[in-house]
Amino acid sequence: MAPQLAITLVFFYWPAGQALYQSMLRQDPFGLRTKFVWFANFRKVLADPAYLNSIKVTVVFSLATAIVAMGVALLLAVMAEKAMRGKGLYRTLLIWPYAVAPAIAGMLWLFLFNPSIGSLAYLLRSLGIAWDPLLNGTHAMILLVSAAAWKQISYNFLFFVAGLQAVPKTLIEAAAMDGAGETKRFWTIVFPLLAPTTFFLLVVNTVYALFDTFGIVHAVTGGGPGKTTETLVYKVYNDGFVNLILGDSAAQSVILMVIVIALTAIQFRYVERKVHYG
Amino acid sequence: MIGQSPLRTFIAHAVLILGILIVAFPIYYTFVASTHTLQTILRPPLPLLPGGQLWNNYSEALFGGIGRIGGVSVGRLLLNTTIMALGVAVGKIFISILSAYAIVFFRFPLRMTFFWLIFITLMLPVEVRILPTYKVMVDLGMIDTYAGLIVPLIASATATLLFRQFFMTIPGELVEAARVDGAGPWRFFFDILLPLSRTNIAALFVILFIYGWTQYLWPLLVTNSNDMNTIVIALRKMVSFADADTEWHLVMVTAMLAIVPPILVVVLMQRWFVRGLVESEK
Amino acid sequence: MATVDLKDVKKVYPSGIEAVKGVSIAIPDKELCVLVGPSGCGKSTLLRMIAGLETISAGTVAIDGKVVNAIGPTERDIAMVFQNYALYPHMKVYDNMAYGLRNRGTPKDEIDSRVRSTAKVLELSALLDRRPRELSGGQRQRVAMGRAIVRNPKVFLFDEPLSNLDAKLRGQMRVEIKNLQRKLGVTSVYVTHDQLEAMTLADILVVMNAGLVEQTGAPLDIYEKPASTFVASFIGAPPMNLLALTGSSSGPILADGTAIDFAAPETQAATLGFRPEDADVTFNAEALPGALVLPATVEAVEPVGAESFLHCAAGGSRIVVRVSGRANAKPGDQLRVVAKAEKLHWFDQAGKRVD
Repeated sequence: MAPQLAITLVFFYWPAGQALYQSMLRQDPFGLRTKFVWFANFRKVLADPAYLNSIKVTVVFSLATAIVAMGVALLLAVMAEKAMRGKGLYRTLLIWPYAVAPAIAGMLWLFLFNPSIGSLAYLLRSLGIAWDPLLNGTHAMILLVSAAAWKQISYNFLFFVAGLQAVPKTLIEAAAMDGAGETKRFWTIVFPLLAPTTFFLLVVNTVYALFDTFGIVHAVTGGGPGKTTETLVYKVYNDGFVNLILGDSAAQSVILMVIVIALTAIQFRYVERKVHYG
Repeated sequence: MIGQSPLRTFIAHAVLILGILIVAFPIYYTFVASTHTLQTILRPPLPLLPGGQLWNNYSEALFGGIGRIGGVSVGRLLLNTTIMALGVAVGKIFISILSAYAIVFFRFPLRMTFFWLIFITLMLPVEVRILPTYKVMVDLGMIDTYAGLIVPLIASATATLLFRQFFMTIPGELVEAARVDGAGPWRFFFDILLPLSRTNIAALFVILFIYGWTQYLWPLLVTNSNDMNTIVIALRKMVSFADADTEWHLVMVTAMLAIVPPILVVVLMQRWFVRGLVESEK
Repeated sequence: MATVDLKDVKKVYPSGIEAVKGVSIAIPDKELCVLVGPSGCGKSTLLRMIAGLETISAGTVAIDGKVVNAIGPTERDIAMVFQNYALYPHMKVYDNMAYGLRNRGTPKDEIDSRVRSTAKVLELSALLDRRPRELSGGQRQRVAMGRAIVRNPKVFLFDEPLSNLDAKLRGQMRVEIKNLQRKLGVTSVYVTHDQLEAMTLADILVVMNAGLVEQTGAPLDIYEKPASTFVASFIGAPPMNLLALTGSSSGPILADGTAIDFAAPETQAATLGFRPEDADVTFNAEALPGALVLPATVEAVEPVGAESFLHCAAGGSRIVVRVSGRANAKPGDQLRVVAKAEKLHWFDQAGKRVD
């Protein structure tokens, strides 16, 4: 136990404390003196239009990614439940992207949709769409969401399949005898029973979109064009390592911690709730 | 089960196949690209079938010129990544299983305090505390070392919690039976607990191997020198040059090499992986 | 072999709950002692203290004359059969049985011969290469027994070992355990909540309630002379009929006002009891001096085959009467329940037996 504690203290608590401390310091422009400024950094960060923009970008990106990834995964899982044969084969073929690093996923999509050499970009252009993710912010966002969602489909798929299998067959049969058609059965019986899984995945996907997708953003757009795809985590990195505004970056870190803690708390509420669902 | 019409079954299969096309297409197309010449790639659209350059491209990427990716061979990158992935997986399993063992089976002062200390780290992913952690690494001289790549990633709480959950399902009677049979704490750990945890360890290994392999932000920060890069980082550096200079055919080969090992691990160990994933998170 | 002596043993949990409140039992060599009582009476805690799995808060536990309070389960030279068997799921039957011997450094060939001979006794020889999950409940139970026997310990401890088996198998295993224990001559402590198991297995029966011993003795002695209303109602199925008494100047009367027309042993007796098989029913109205006679209404009849149980309302409460063969009464019948005076049990205000 001791080793884990040591590592935990050195690499988790010490840095977290540092972040908290630094978030209340401000360096003068020459880096000569530091001043303790309490919450001034937070005020500054939260008043910064760039930061607010970054929040907006993150929300749009996270929601879009979660919805696309979960929607596609649910559809595929339901279909896999229906397909009597080949379930195992389908599963094998669908879980690949889980193993692909987010950054690589981003690069693969960029390769496909790169305006100069991307084959699918070529296809889009020949359909008359002025596709250019390097200049058009919306296009860049679409590309990011596609890559991020694509990578997450496998994960969601596995959970939805597990969730669907946990729905008692007798319930579905009872509904069938009560005269519910297939579509109706899904929306009135299966989907509500899947709610715990769905909710759990919603949290997981949000966390994923918030943090794990740094690689995608960094590799594909670098936050651009303009700042249209600068997510919160990317901004922390950028301010801290590229622009070296330490106090702001630390304050942003602390805000992120608060967000994560909130999300984790929600997740645990879910765990408790799950008990009642049996 | 309720019978369904052949049409619906057909639709189900059609949707699944479409899904697989979407899911597998980027990977397949990368493979296709990795078998074509740079010229072919630069003139979209790229054919849908593999070209004839498979051997040339792969041998060039693997054994061809030094200096392809900032002077580091692909072999070296793969080695780095493998060491990191294995290190994270093995290290995390090792310390987690020990911690969980201590928390579940021993009573000692501050036990719950320690548990909560570990537990709270769940809420602090690397991404959130990049800068200060980086500073700690600099202070400890761990930049550009394997230890720097691995150690900070192995202490997070997920694996500890998973083992804790599993250990708590082991009936108390079994523990007592072992005591009556004369097994001390270490005997019990090696003779009983470890063999019983085999499936969990396998599942966790797959998940953590993937986790280690796909890390991006951390290796980006901790490695300055090119020969400590992981393949994912190196790949990104290859692409970030101006478009015209990017040797896309080699990038695609490298991408394939970066993707295939973890995919193999996932597909070959699918049974444990799926079980571990779904059970550990639920 | 060994004796087991408990002297004023107590168990107080850190939460302040007193699970065992001072228990003294002396188990002679080679005898089987059964601890019986309702759940929560402290019998399992007591067993686990003998095993060394729980610390002893006060008092002493001695095995073979030696106080073992301070030594661990491994050194006490005991073997235990657990309720859920606690077989190591990843080990074959052979290894399950050999594990304890290996940990004690027994030579390999001796382990082999002991495992094989024990397996033979328990008819497990064909199963040695199986894993626990490939065995039926009864077979697992045997392996758990085998694991205990193979060690040849001073004391066997059984913690409700038959409670997971179906009724028929339980009956079989009961006989088998008794025979084995007698053949091996190992001092044993056996915990159960099943009074039938307790009666049939015990050399010494210890009835426990709320952390205390209510009565210790040979099973039939306890059956015939229960020391308290608790023992009276716990041992025997169906349990003893107990009727509350209220005193009056002319002697005790029952709760419904029925007077007792012969002398009670002591006037302060508060409860009167008789076993279902010690009573009979009659439709006649003749006087029966020297017997308890209760007017009763039949509420239900349970024919079991060799006997029938009549559930009646009498003396202000419900009683059960056992009659052999078919009963010639039916629900609603008015009749008289008769019990001989010498078959009656009397208990005082505190529930203690008075003679």
